Amino acid sequence: MSHRHVGSLHAPDAEMAIKNARDVYTRRNEGVSIWVVEARHITATAPGEKGPLFEPSESKVYRHPTFFDIPDEVGHM
Amino acid sequence: MAVDQGKLLEFLLRMGDNTLVLGHRVSEWCGHAPVLEEDIALANTALDLIGQTQFWLGYAAEVQGEGRTADDLAFLRDAWDFRNVLLVELPNGDFGQTLMRQFLFDAWSSIILDRLTASSDPRVAEIAGKAAKEAAYHVERSSDTVIGLGDGTEESHKRMQAALDYLYPYVGELFESDAVDAAMTEEGIAPDPASLRADYNALVGKVLAEATLRLPEGAYSHNGGRTGRMHTEHLGHMLTQMQWLQRAYPGAAW
Repeated sequence: MSHRHVGSLHAPDAEMAIKNARDVYTRRNEGVSIWVVEARHITATAPGEKGPLFEPSESKVYRHPTFFDIPDEVGHM
Repeated sequence: MAVDQGKLLEFLLRMGDNTLVLGHRVSEWCGHAPVLEEDIALANTALDLIGQTQFWLGYAAEVQGEGRTADDLAFLRDAWDFRNVLLVELPNGDFGQTLMRQFLFDAWSSIILDRLTASSDPRVAEIAGKAAKEAAYHVERSSDTVIGLGDGTEESHKRMQAALDYLYPYVGELFESDAVDAAMTEEGIAPDPASLRADYNALVGKVLAEATLRLPEGAYSHNGGRTGRMHTEHLGHMLTQMQWLQRAYPGAAW
């Protein structure tokens, strides 16, 4: 199951963070499972590194599998 | 033999008025809680309680058979018609007092709803089945907060102990019984309130111990709310807020 970042919040500990996440971010039936991570445990890319990290892949369209003919019987991929 | 409909009505009003009055009280925090997360969490709890009220009072109105709705019962009765326990109508006080009241209620609510899922009345069992899941979360959350604040700073501990000292004398009313309860027990509709006390004491005792809080001494118990004999002065003030719109603009709807 793929998890997706939905937001950040304050909490005194990990258990309360789960509860707060449940109350703040799953009010409209969006929730199936919750992961919480303390902000200091997240290592992130710097906005300044965007160029060297991500731009090189922009020109490599051949990495998309759109050049293959998919047989109809395979259905949605 | 069919159960006395008047007594069933009384039982349903007691259940529905507890959640209605507490739901309204908790909603008073909306936009005022100390942090955003608690504000939303309290609003969620209030909405759960109002949702439960719609079921209890909706069924009550049907049993009453006078063509009224849950809304009529909520907004067009006066203080002396309410059957909630006194505990839930007490003012919010500070955040700690609100959460202590919530915990003392949630503990009872989670236990009785579990038992009501086995009610001989299928409607009661159905309502309890839905509400029990909400109550299980409520009590988990309020326990954590009571523990966090009780076993917190010197200031938070002092406030939580003061809240417990003030509120605990109102807990006994939850376990009192009268002819209505006897009839419900007899028909297998609801458990004898007194039979819930051991589980309640165990749950509350465990949480309070972790919270480093002491139960106040003395066995005196305030009562009168669930029988309608008397309410505190606070209920009338609350109703002037809660019922204002329907009183000023009868029949107003969305």
